[in-house]
Amino acid sequence: MTPGETKRRRDDERRPRLADHDARLTVEGLERERRALEKTWWNGRGLVAWLSDTDHKAIGRRYIVTAFGFFTLGGVLAALMRIQLSRPDNTFLSPDQYNQIFTTHGTTMMFLFAVPVVLAMGVYLVPLMVGARSMAFPRMLAFSYWMYLFGGIFLYSMFFLNIGPDNGWFSYLPLAGPEYGYGKRADVWAQLITFTEVSALVVATCLIVTIFKLRTPGMSLNRMPLFVWAMLIVSFMVIFAMPSIVISSTCLILDRLVSTHFYNQAEGGDPLLWQHLFWFFGHPEVYIIFLPALGMMSEVIATSARRPVVGNLTMVLSMLSTAFIGFGVWVHHMFATGLPELSLSFFSAASMMIVIPTGIQIFNWIATIWSARRLQITVPFLYMASLFFIFIIGGLTGVVLAAGPVDRQVHDTYFVVAHLHYVLIGGSTFPLLGGIFFWFPKMTGRMLSDRLGRASFWLLFVGFNMTFFPMHLLGLDGMPRRVYTYPASMGWHGLNLLASVGAAVIFVSLVVYLVNVIVSLRAGAVAGPNPWGAATLEWATSSPPPAYNFSPQPTVASSEPLWHTELAPPPIVGLASDTREVLVTFLLDAEPDHRYPMPGPSLWPLLTAITTSAMFVWSIFQAQGVVWGSIPIFIALVGWFWPTKGKKALEHGAPTRLTARESLS
Amino acid sequence: MPHVQSVIHPAGIEAARASHLWWLIFGICAAVWIAVAMAALIAIRTGRRAASRATDRQLGTNIAVAGALSAVVLIAILFESVLTGRAEDAIRTPDALHLQVTANQWWWDVQYVNDLPSLNVTTANEIHLPVGRPVRIDLLSTDVIHSLWIPSLQGKVDLIPGRLNELWLQADRAGVYRGQCAEYCGLQHAKMALVVVAEAPDAFERWLAANRAPAVPPSTPEQERGKAVVERGPCAMCHNITGTLAGARSAPDLTHIGSRSTIAAGTLPNTRGYLGGWIADPQHVKPGNRMPVPGLSDEQLQAVIAYLESLK
Repeated sequence: MTPGETKRRRDDERRPRLADHDARLTVEGLERERRALEKTWWNGRGLVAWLSDTDHKAIGRRYIVTAFGFFTLGGVLAALMRIQLSRPDNTFLSPDQYNQIFTTHGTTMMFLFAVPVVLAMGVYLVPLMVGARSMAFPRMLAFSYWMYLFGGIFLYSMFFLNIGPDNGWFSYLPLAGPEYGYGKRADVWAQLITFTEVSALVVATCLIVTIFKLRTPGMSLNRMPLFVWAMLIVSFMVIFAMPSIVISSTCLILDRLVSTHFYNQAEGGDPLLWQHLFWFFGHPEVYIIFLPALGMMSEVIATSARRPVVGNLTMVLSMLSTAFIGFGVWVHHMFATGLPELSLSFFSAASMMIVIPTGIQIFNWIATIWSARRLQITVPFLYMASLFFIFIIGGLTGVVLAAGPVDRQVHDTYFVVAHLHYVLIGGSTFPLLGGIFFWFPKMTGRMLSDRLGRASFWLLFVGFNMTFFPMHLLGLDGMPRRVYTYPASMGWHGLNLLASVGAAVIFVSLVVYLVNVIVSLRAGAVAGPNPWGAATLEWATSSPPPAYNFSPQPTVASSEPLWHTELAPPPIVGLASDTREVLVTFLLDAEPDHRYPMPGPSLWPLLTAITTSAMFVWSIFQAQGVVWGSIPIFIALVGWFWPTKGKKALEHGAPTRLTARESLS
Repeated sequence: MPHVQSVIHPAGIEAARASHLWWLIFGICAAVWIAVAMAALIAIRTGRRAASRATDRQLGTNIAVAGALSAVVLIAILFESVLTGRAEDAIRTPDALHLQVTANQWWWDVQYVNDLPSLNVTTANEIHLPVGRPVRIDLLSTDVIHSLWIPSLQGKVDLIPGRLNELWLQADRAGVYRGQCAEYCGLQHAKMALVVVAEAPDAFERWLAANRAPAVPPSTPEQERGKAVVERGPCAMCHNITGTLAGARSAPDLTHIGSRSTIAAGTLPNTRGYLGGWIADPQHVKPGNRMPVPGLSDEQLQAVIAYLESLK
C-alpha cells in the first residue's frame, strides 16, 4: 500500500460511526480501548498534576466544595446577625461590624455560593448528561475556577482585615461613591464582582458550547434532559445579564479611582443610573440561581415517579419565557424611587406575569407525581417536594411585591427579607441539597445515609420556616431591613428571638448533612452505576465516572435513554484512544460532525488566574496597576497559547470532517 | 406590639388603600397556597399507590386550565393594584399643606413651606400634621439616598440627591406614629427615625404658630448661662436657635427642642436624663453620628440642659 492509502485506511478506521458488528465492540476490544483511554486521559499524580487538572468532573467537584465552604462562611455571618438581632438594643456587634457582616453575607451568598454552585452542578453533570468525554474549553474552565477561588479569598482576606465592603450587596451610590464610601471597602466589593463576572462568563461559554456541539449522536435538542435545558438557558442569561454589571461596576471603580462622574449628580451623572444597571443584572441573577434548581427538580421528580415529566415542551418553553420576562422586571426593585406611575405599572405587570411560567412548571410536576408509576419518596424527592410548600410562599409574596402600592409599604423591610429567602433557599438551596444527595453516588461512588438525610431534611424544613416565616410579620409591623438594632419599645423582640432560635435549628440540620457526607464518603453503601434507576446518560457510566466519561461513546434514541435501552442504537466507535478526542456534532440533531482534539492538563490557566488576580487587586489601590499588572497576564497568555510543534501537532492534526449521511449510514 | 409603625394598622387614607390591597392579595395568595399544597399532597398519595389512570392528554388539559386561571387571577390583581395606585392621586389638591423634608446622615430636616418665606417653620425629626387635610412633602437629600416611610400613613418614597421627589399623604386619625428611614444609608441607618403627630386642625395651627416664633428667652440664671454656652461654645457651630446667635444649619434646628418628644432622630425620649447623656457623649448611643463630643464641664452641661429644656 502507498503511504496515502495507509493513511486513508487509518482515517477510515478512526472515523466515528455507528458500529453494529465491530471488532472493537467485543469484550476484549472494549477492555483494550478502556485501558488505552485510561492512559490517555490520566492526569498524573502529585501537586502539579492536581493544579493543572482540566477534567470537568474534578473542577466541578472543586467548585461545589469551595462554594459550600463559602456557604459556611456566609452562614456563620448570618448566625452573628441573628445573635445581634435576638434582643433589642443589643451591643453584641458594633454598627460598623454589623454593616460589614450583612454586606459580606449577601455578597457571599449571591456571588460566591448561589451562582457558582448551580453553575458547578452544570459543569459536573452537563458533559455526562449529553454523553461527551469532556467539557468544551477545559483549560478555560480551569481558569474560571481559579478566578472564582481567588475572588473569594480576596473578599474574605479584606473582610478579616476590617476593610470588608459595608454598603450592602447592591452597593448603592452615592453611599458607595468616592464621597461617602470611605477607604477601599466599596472597591473591594466592586472588584469581587469583576472576579465573579469573569468566572461566570467563562463557565457560561463552556456550557453553551458543550451543550450545542458535544451532544452525543442522537441527542437532538428535543431529547435533551431538562437539567441540560435549564443550564443552556441560564448560560445565555449569564451572557446577557453580566455585561450590565460589568459596565456598572467598572464605572463605579472609575468614579472612585480616577474621579469620573458617572454617578455624581453634581457633575451630570445620576445615582439612579447605578440602580437601573445593577438591577438589570440583579433580577435576572435570581433566575440564574433558580432555573438550574428547577432543572434538578425535574430530573429527581421524573426519577422518583418513574416516568418522564409531563409536558416536556411546556417545561422548556416555561424556562425560556421566565428567562425572557426576567429581563423586564428590574424596576420592581425601584418602585420607591419616584419614577412615573405609568412606567411602574408596566413593570408591575411584567413582575406578575413571570409567575405564570413558573406556575406551569409546578403544575407539570404535580401532574407528574400524580401519574407516577409507583412514586418513591426518597430523600432527594423530599427536598424537591418541599418546594411546593416553601418556594410557593416566596412566589406568592412576589406577587404582593409586584403590586406597587403594597410594595411601597413593605419594600426594604423584613417582609422582603422573608420573601427573598423563601425564594432563594426554598427555590434553590432546598433543590440543590436534594440534587447533591441525588448525584452524590455518581460523584463519589457511595450512597449518603438515608436516615441522616431524612433527619437533616426535616430539621432544615422546620428551622427554615421558624427563621423566615416570622420575618413576614416583622416586615408588616414596620421593621426595616439592614438595621443593626431596634428599640425595645417597638415590640419586635419576640419574633426576632424566634427567628434566631430557628437559625440555630438550621445550623444543626446543616451539621447533620455535613456529617452524613463525611461518614458516607468512607462508609457509605457502594452505589453502582445507577442506584436510583434514573433515565439520563450520566447514570450509564460507572460511579464515579472514569476520566474519559464513556467508553464506548453512547448514542441515544429517546429522551430517557436508560429507560428505553431496547431503542438504543449501537454505540459510536472510531474516536481515538491515544489522544484526548471528542466527537463534535451538529447543533440541532446532534449528527456527527467531526472529531476534535481536546487540550490536556496545563498549569497556564492557574498562572493566568494568578496574574489576573494580582492585577485586579493592585488596580483598586493604584490606577497604574491596570497598566503594569497587564504585562504578567500577557506573558501568561502567550505561554497558554504558545503553538504546539512537531509530532504532537501532527498527531492532533486538523479535525476530520464527516458528513452526517456518511456517518450514520 | 404597639403597632406605631405597622402597615396593617393604617391611620390615613393612602395607607388604608395599601392595606386593603394587601389583604385582598393575601386572601387570594393564601387560597392559592392551600390549593397547591393540597394538590401536591394528594398527588403524592396518588403517586405512591400508582392509582392514577389519567392520560398525559387529560393531565395537560388540567395544567392548561390551571395556567389560564392563574393568568386571570393575576390580571385581576394587576388591575386592582394599578387602580389603587391611581386612586392615590385623589388627594393631590392645591390647598394641601406643603412640607419639605431634607434627609441627612442620620436625621430629618423638616420645613413647613409658606408662600412668604419669612413665615416658614423649621424643625427636625418630628412632623405635626392636621387630621383630614392632604399634605404634600417635597423630598430632598443632602448626602446619600434615604427613604421616608411612615407606614401608618403612606408607603415610602426615596430621597435622592439631585432629584426632587414628592410624597402625598393624609392623616385621618389623630395619634402619634413613627416613621423610619427605609433605604440603607450608612452606619446609623438603624437610628434614623422620626415622630409624626396627627392632631386636630386647630391644635395643629397652634403648634405651627408656636413654632414660628423665635426661641423663648431664658428665664432663670442657669438657663441664661446655658444660652451663653450654646452661643459661644461648640453647639452654635452646627445648630440653629432662631432669636439667638446660634445660626448654623448643618444639624437639627433646636429653636423649640424642649417641645419635641425625642432626641437623636427618634432614638431617645426627650427627658432630662437622656438629653444630658446625649450631650455629654453623643457617640455612645449612636456611634459614628456627626455630633462630636462637645467636652463641656459638668456645670456647663447642666446649664445647657436647663436652657434646652426651656425651649418649648
